[in-house]
Amino acid sequence: MLGVRVQRPASGKPPSRSASALRRRIVVGLLVVFALVLITFSFRTPDSGPVASAERAAAGALRPFAIAGERVAQPFRDVFGWADSLLSARSDTKRLQAENEALRQQVIQNQFAANDNDKLKALLAFRDGPRFPDDYTGLAAAVIARPTERFVQDVVVAVGSNDGVALDAPVVTADGFLGRVTRVYARSSRVTLLSDEQFAVSALDVRSGATGIVKHGRASASTLIFDRVPKKLKVSIGDTIVTAGWRSSKLASLYPKGIPIGRVTSVGQADTDLWKQVQVESFAGFDRVDAVLVLVLKDDKK
Amino acid sequence: MNPLVGIRIAVILFVVAILQVSAFSSVAIGGGGPDVLLVTLVSIGLLRGAVTGAVTGFIAGLIVDVATLGTLGLTSLLLTITGYWVGRYGETTGQDRSYAPLLATVVATISVGFGGYVVQAMLGEPVSARAILDAFPATLVWNAVLAYPVFRLVRRFVGPSERGDRTREVTVLV
Repeated sequence: MLGVRVQRPASGKPPSRSASALRRRIVVGLLVVFALVLITFSFRTPDSGPVASAERAAAGALRPFAIAGERVAQPFRDVFGWADSLLSARSDTKRLQAENEALRQQVIQNQFAANDNDKLKALLAFRDGPRFPDDYTGLAAAVIARPTERFVQDVVVAVGSNDGVALDAPVVTADGFLGRVTRVYARSSRVTLLSDEQFAVSALDVRSGATGIVKHGRASASTLIFDRVPKKLKVSIGDTIVTAGWRSSKLASLYPKGIPIGRVTSVGQADTDLWKQVQVESFAGFDRVDAVLVLVLKDDKK
Repeated sequence: MNPLVGIRIAVILFVVAILQVSAFSSVAIGGGGPDVLLVTLVSIGLLRGAVTGAVTGFIAGLIVDVATLGTLGLTSLLLTITGYWVGRYGETTGQDRSYAPLLATVVATISVGFGGYVVQAMLGEPVSARAILDAFPATLVWNAVLAYPVFRLVRRFVGPSERGDRTREVTVLV
């Protein structure tokens, strides 16, 4: 029979559907508006104002839980990393042995060069900017949070202004340059990685002295581009790229000279381009960062 | 809602949000990792309805934004809308459908992924479409694989679907 109304068996009294729908819409509407207000405040005044203060306090309260979560996850990550490294262990061993031999030769030559350099600098009373690592103290910190969105190239580390961290402080790993501090709270800081689209660092080729800018690449997170390298300068595959640490009369690079960034993996140039096309494979793996060193200039160098 | 259920949802949400930012976010197989928080939110929305889904999404997003020192409210906005949609889907066409957790998870993953991209772009943040596309297939597969186990786990903790807001009167057409 068409149009016959049949009651479903229900245990309780059914709520008014129109009232329920209204309540539902009001709740979601308020939440969306509140989220938009938070975005506006957070975006316009990220480091001051009531929203920033509340966020700072909440971040401080969440920090122990984030550290606990990171510690719980660490053994699992280690097991995963171990299993992953097994797959490439054989090829890695051969490559590292060859690299070790080359480096051993290079260390001896570098020691002679360093001795000569020291003597010549002393003779000239040469004045230099802060050097890595001698003029910096490294604050070791665990990575306690990562954004859920893959396109956001930030991590949160467990040191903050209470530990001496300042805005724009360079951040490294045991392998090389990682990024810089872009937000500082009392006991935690946000680090923006070099793989971020808005980030670039002046760099130079250790072997040839060619200078340019290293920034994110398009291929993958760990692939960088050594840009603005004039075509007349020589860059070869396998060259090591480090931070340039330039200094002019009023301005200075945020990053000290000599922090390893990566190794050149491809070099090309087109007649129509002004610059060389150089790809660099980062030493620091941006995908799997567990611990970092935040560099703080030593007091006598400030 | 039963206060006990509310407390259970809050505890689950908090623990999963913390684990998401401190542990699951660093997992990257095939370029992407699981978004367990989103899958949990989908399960809660399906089981408890639109209002609970929206509120849960808002709080979950707030925890993520605070823990990652990101732009406050951004993840909240995305997860509030997602929680609301999933809740409505659970209350209406997804009701008692066995494929609802999987379908809702897939749609939510796509929506949050591209929604996040759009919101970031609107805020003037530089975002690479390639970064999303690289990670997206793996995240989608991860979330789809986790959809049923997480749904069952969440159902065990928060109880079966809430019927209060559902249609109690039907019209027989045969």
